[in-house]
Amino acid sequence: MTVPEQDAAESAPQVVSTFLERRKEQIAQRWADAPLFRTVFTVSRDEAVEACKAVVEALSEVAVSGRLEDIEAPGFASVRDQLGRMTATRSRSGSTPAQIADEVAVLRVPVVDLLREEFADPAAPRAQECALALTLLMGTLRLVVMETALNANAELIERQRQQLLEVATPVIKLWEGTVAVPLIGMLDSARSQVVMESLLEAIVEQRARYAILDITGVPTVDSLVAQHLMKTVAAARLMGAECIVSGIRPAIAQTIVQLGIDLGSVLTRSSLADALAYALSRQGIEVSRADAGASAR
Amino acid sequence: MIQSTPGQPASQVPVLALGDVLLVSLQGELHDGMAEQLQHDITSRISTSRVTGVVIDISGVDIVDSFLGRVLAEIASTARLLAARTVLAGMRPAVAITLVELGLTLPGLVTALDVDRAMELLSQRGS
Repeated sequence: MTVPEQDAAESAPQVVSTFLERRKEQIAQRWADAPLFRTVFTVSRDEAVEACKAVVEALSEVAVSGRLEDIEAPGFASVRDQLGRMTATRSRSGSTPAQIADEVAVLRVPVVDLLREEFADPAAPRAQECALALTLLMGTLRLVVMETALNANAELIERQRQQLLEVATPVIKLWEGTVAVPLIGMLDSARSQVVMESLLEAIVEQRARYAILDITGVPTVDSLVAQHLMKTVAAARLMGAECIVSGIRPAIAQTIVQLGIDLGSVLTRSSLADALAYALSRQGIEVSRADAGASAR
Repeated sequence: MIQSTPGQPASQVPVLALGDVLLVSLQGELHDGMAEQLQHDITSRISTSRVTGVVIDISGVDIVDSFLGRVLAEIASTARLLAARTVLAGMRPAVAITLVELGLTLPGLVTALDVDRAMELLSQRGS
């Protein structure tokens, strides 16, 4: 197969673009058998071929614009969604980003082979130039796939972080005038801010006199966490509620003492139950067994 | 001694007497002159009448800075010298957070959720 004479005047990217457009069907047929497309579009081969065609069209469009190395090229916009879905499917089945990148790299070989067949002499400078342009383009595609994969991951992490903030800090009404926050997991500045805000809102809403901070689920307490706790206790006190810290485990108590953190101003109880018992007794509420009177008889 | 100027009644914070309790409701910003006037008013009212408690309601205050914090602490310690207890009532959550972040935890002050609770607190301790 020979290249028509008028193509000699065109630049290498344009040659690549027209080549991609003309051989779309053949490229798509070959790509559809590659692991990347075959494993994602398991239902029908036609679907895989259609997806491949869309990618080839996008590549052709990018080649026309001449921005071979630009991952922001508008030509890629049309296939980003599709690529995102594909990488998501691969990630779910356990592929690492590096493996996905390798699978994209495999696509380069068949398409470059096809391009070489276009030229009478594959070793000619013109053919080499076009092959190089196509290689560059395929490299950019690989980058685009990686970028979509990373973006999808970043979005997922951000969404989960938001969910954690909302879910992990419930304020529970334990009794009339007593609220509790069971803290679970590491406390950082952002989380302790949320804890403080929701606790203070709950104190106003429930008209609480006693607020219990239960840190049974907090794995480690360092000076920063202790500072956050003391801030929360002080803020609750300013609102007119007494704050009790409960659930300090023996190991954590030792750490606090060794670090020299002074929690002297903070009222502590060993468990949430003890803290509740304290809050109830301070309000003059007594809890006793219903059959206590019967057994005493 | 600070003389109250008759020409500026608007700059005064009203001090209400409810039985043996003084009720002060702060609204908006408190200027230096007003703060000094308020301190003076409260102390003279305590000394001239049988007042055993002071309730300062700050539910209408958006910002408590170090100045207002110091004024409140001063009112409380002056009142204590005159044998009256001071309760700070109705601090908003946002104000409490700001104060704590600034490191102003007002250690000498007794606090209550609202005026109702503050009155309750005073009557409990008084008995």
